[in-house]
Amino acid sequence: MDTKHVFSVLVENHSGVLARVASLFGRRGYNIDSLTVSATNDPDISRITLVVQGDEQVLEQLKLQTEKLEEIIEVFAIDRDQSLLRELLLVKVAADDHNRRIIREVAEIYEASIVDLSIDSMIIELTGIPSKIDAFLEIIGQHEIIEMCRTGVTALERGRKTKHGRK
Amino acid sequence: MRISGAEMVMKILLEQGVDTVFGYPGAAVLKLYDELYRYSGKIRHIITAHEQNAAHAADGYARASGKTGVVIATSGPGAANLVTGIATAFMDSVPLVAITGNVATSMIGKDSFQEVYTQGITMPITKHNFTVHKIEHLVRNLRSAFRIAQSGRKGPVLVDIPKDILSSYAEFEPDNGQALPDAKIKRPTYDQNDIDRAAALINSAMRPVIYYGGGISLAGAQSALSEFSKKSGIPSCHTLMATGAVSMENELGLAGMYGRYSANKAVEQCDLLLALGVRFSDRMVTCFGDFAPNAKIVHIDIDPSELNKNVHAQESIIGDIGDILRRIIEKTEEKQHDGWMSEIDSFIRFEENRSHAEASDGRIHPHALMREISRKRENRIITTDVGQHQIWAAQYLENLGERSFLTSGGLGTMGFGLGAAIGACFALPGRGAIHITGDGSFHMNLIELCTAELHRLPIVTVILNNSALGMVRQWQYSLYGQRYSATSPGWNTDFVKVANGFGVDGCRVDTMEQFSRALDHALESGGPYVIDCAISEDERTLPIIHQGDTVEKTCWE
Repeated sequence: MDTKHVFSVLVENHSGVLARVASLFGRRGYNIDSLTVSATNDPDISRITLVVQGDEQVLEQLKLQTEKLEEIIEVFAIDRDQSLLRELLLVKVAADDHNRRIIREVAEIYEASIVDLSIDSMIIELTGIPSKIDAFLEIIGQHEIIEMCRTGVTALERGRKTKHGRK
Repeated sequence: MRISGAEMVMKILLEQGVDTVFGYPGAAVLKLYDELYRYSGKIRHIITAHEQNAAHAADGYARASGKTGVVIATSGPGAANLVTGIATAFMDSVPLVAITGNVATSMIGKDSFQEVYTQGITMPITKHNFTVHKIEHLVRNLRSAFRIAQSGRKGPVLVDIPKDILSSYAEFEPDNGQALPDAKIKRPTYDQNDIDRAAALINSAMRPVIYYGGGISLAGAQSALSEFSKKSGIPSCHTLMATGAVSMENELGLAGMYGRYSANKAVEQCDLLLALGVRFSDRMVTCFGDFAPNAKIVHIDIDPSELNKNVHAQESIIGDIGDILRRIIEKTEEKQHDGWMSEIDSFIRFEENRSHAEASDGRIHPHALMREISRKRENRIITTDVGQHQIWAAQYLENLGERSFLTSGGLGTMGFGLGAAIGACFALPGRGAIHITGDGSFHMNLIELCTAELHRLPIVTVILNNSALGMVRQWQYSLYGQRYSATSPGWNTDFVKVANGFGVDGCRVDTMEQFSRALDHALESGGPYVIDCAISEDERTLPIIHQGDTVEKTCWE
């Protein structure tokens, strides 16, 4: 069964590392839902967070093949129960006097913020786990969405574990 | 000591024990070649006619000697021409360092003359590659390149150096023997329990088979393997890449698509398959759903990403195969598998009955030709190109010995053999080489006869000339209703005249008797020589198991 998995990839902060990882995934045909690159507390290390689909064998291969790259420090699966997953959404919705109030209500329920307002549109910002963002989008999608972007998932394991990083 | 980037390259080459490099000059590497001129007493540069063959030569040098091969090319087309050579080395895990020039850093990304994105092009065909953006990084990147090429699963590494980096100056620190700061830390990956579990499976197996590949040579584990085979009494078969690597008593020979029926039957019937330094390629495993269906598989390899990539293994041990085998040998019981061996003997008898004897009509048949080469080869290195001749060579050559059969196994690069033979001759002077090729493959890179002649290299090229692209033609015969599309091009090349044009002697032969005399003469000549052998276009590599089929569907004609 193909399910979604989240991987953290700690990489050396060199130019071209992302190209290497992307090239590997392209070549081996891995199915990536989202990919984010971010700084870490160590300026020499960046973190790539991946959401991928695949069966156990594909995921194991993805981990082993990625680990083989020279500038990769560590690749590990994120256990969803023991981790915080977050994604940021910005969505621009067509809104005028007729529907502004109802959109505001929906935003309030989801604890989303309205960060921009014009005569005929508003931009809403929402942070949360991907399923919350999916649910919000389903409802807000009843209105005209002008444009939107999602950052993709970023994730961190709970607790004071420091097992990851350079050994 | 302040020296130029180009001189740093020389210093690092010498520090790494490199005395021979292959390459081709150009605008972006003028400064490097200026230093090669100054260092010509210490570093020999061999120019080829085409950069691809410089890469194959560096590859052949590495395969024959075990040392890292080095190839140099200029930016743009120079680097692009290396690509097939680098990919060939990558697929066969050959340690290679490719050094390319590039346009000056200020000109990168501006579609400058002879600019390509070398790092991007070579990313998926190297273990790692560097673009040197600052002179301060050059020495570290070069040292890393040599380390990476030889560590773990070996392979090619490319260092791309912009022109201005080669001509700028910085402090150079000779190697102080300290470990590189960026060396990847290797975790211990197995313990005694893993060894014990493998040994228990080995000791309890009734019908075990060893299946070994190129990893045995790369790990230098030939003697460990033969010792293990001797003690355990387990019969073995091998991949194309391991041809000639080990000589063992219970050797069944080449397995897989073009392998022997007996070897494939043993794999099908075994209850334990010991997979050593192999990657279960589609040339070994013709039917992925039904490979070794009765067997537990123990996979031993240095590359963890090979585990369960193509075939699921019940047990696996990751590490140096030689070390692991020696530890397993301690726990292995001495055995003779008499019942199993007599069963295998019946497979061999079946195979002998099905095989067609070659006509003794005096004409040149592949088996007889390979027998003749085996008789006269002495310790010369064999290189091949890709196609029918390659498979016949692997099937019929005898008593090869380790690092003596150089072939493009993974990528299947036609035109590999002559460059590889040139490299092998520089790596192991005194040995000489026999380059076995077909008319299709030889057409691709025969230009390197100029290089062989320039250095009077003892390379005898034997062309199995069927005036066809025989392997593809054979597949068209078997799978495409004998519709021979583009496989009999109708070329009228006179290879003897072509050789003569390069200053190389050659002759055309039609009978075994002529071939035998020509081979004597060629080997005695001590220089390059081309023997163009007429064979029938209907000779096929047999038996064969087509993709998707099992041993039961072995095709005998």
